[in-house]
Amino acid sequence: MSSTFFINILRFILLLTLQIVIFNNMTFLGFIMPLPYILFIILYPVNSNKPTLIISSFLLGLIMDLFSNSGGIHTTACLILAYYRPYLFKFAFGVSYEYQTIKLNESITPERFSFILLAVVIHHFTLFILEAFQVTFIFDILIRTLLSTIFTIISCIIIIYLIKPNKR
Amino acid sequence: MQQIFNFIFKNSTGILFLLLLSISLSLTIQSHSFHKSRIISSANFLTGGVYEEINSFTEYLNLKTENDALALENARLKSILFNTKDTTTIEKPQNLKGVAPDDIVVSKVIHNSYNTHENFLTLNSGANDGVKPDMGVINSLGIVGIIDRTSAKYSTVVSILNTKSQINAKIKKSNHFGSLTWNGKSTGYVQLVDVPRLASVRKGDTIVTGGQSVIFPEGINIGTVDKVYKEEETNYYVLNIKLFNDMTNLGHVYIIKSKDRDEVNNLEKEIKKDE
Repeated sequence: MSSTFFINILRFILLLTLQIVIFNNMTFLGFIMPLPYILFIILYPVNSNKPTLIISSFLLGLIMDLFSNSGGIHTTACLILAYYRPYLFKFAFGVSYEYQTIKLNESITPERFSFILLAVVIHHFTLFILEAFQVTFIFDILIRTLLSTIFTIISCIIIIYLIKPNKR
Repeated sequence: MQQIFNFIFKNSTGILFLLLLSISLSLTIQSHSFHKSRIISSANFLTGGVYEEINSFTEYLNLKTENDALALENARLKSILFNTKDTTTIEKPQNLKGVAPDDIVVSKVIHNSYNTHENFLTLNSGANDGVKPDMGVINSLGIVGIIDRTSAKYSTVVSILNTKSQINAKIKKSNHFGSLTWNGKSTGYVQLVDVPRLASVRKGDTIVTGGQSVIFPEGINIGTVDKVYKEEETNYYVLNIKLFNDMTNLGHVYIIKSKDRDEVNNLEKEIKKDE
């Protein structure tokens, strides 16, 4: 229990640092930015209690907002992703997801990929809607969501492979 | 009573979620109303300090371009130095109407965002250096933005690349006014809207800040006209303006405090009192 707790705190700090120091400065075509910090919410243990996840994703988003001057958009997007995570699990892995011990950082199967894809799309769509805050930008929002999702997933998969413990 | 407690215990996650969601949504909405000060900003001790560290590293990587810019500026300064009789003047942007050289603060951009619809910069000088909200920010090429919020050592700037930003500007040769906005698309271009149709505008005309604004002195460069078209609903001209500044690559900037500003504000207050 305590070891997963410390691993999560470490992940929280490491992913935020990575995001702020490296990925915030990585922009493609001027507006596409990968946001792999949400890996914290994606990789959070399946069976641990939900209030902790919600509070920690609130803090995660708040710190991102502090650094990117964006009010509360990252906070809201992270909260929504954290709250709907169980439903995404149910959708991707079937009803009995709670009885399996899924570790996302093992290898990427179609189920895991679909889970990551859904999570990233939900997060980014909320984020860009709140960032634009106007209906007239809807086309822009969709394009940003699509392109940023691609880059976020690529960076997420790279990070997953990098932090994967070398077994076998 | 028992049932109420049972309900709360059963739905504790949902209630927690809704509570935090309302906090974050109110932060979001508050940040979108432009003139209110924001609680969450990068002008505080922690974030400003971290950005300063990151910037000191990226600055090292940009030494070459910065050197080129400095060399250019040096050449220009030398040409001024050798061509004027009065050699004691220090080169801060001069010829700004209504601004004394003491009212210019030289500062450095430590964080620059240009990929969202509402972009902000963070500068490394704050209230200790005499920076106050609503001061104008320019650099040697043209305008950059307006100070939004300050802390003791840092301050944030509403970039001209912000869909909420509105700055008074005019066509240099004909004095027709319009307001400068950004449509959120390209970082190299801004739009001058509400230009009367009487104005004769051509591609390549220079756009400068207008005298109606008390934030910027009159006549600071903005950009050149790239395209002129008519807005269907209002029949005013909309000009697409190519900025002199590369907003994606900003180094040192000047924060200016218009001296006439207090005077103008006082005068306008008096008029209101008389009414």
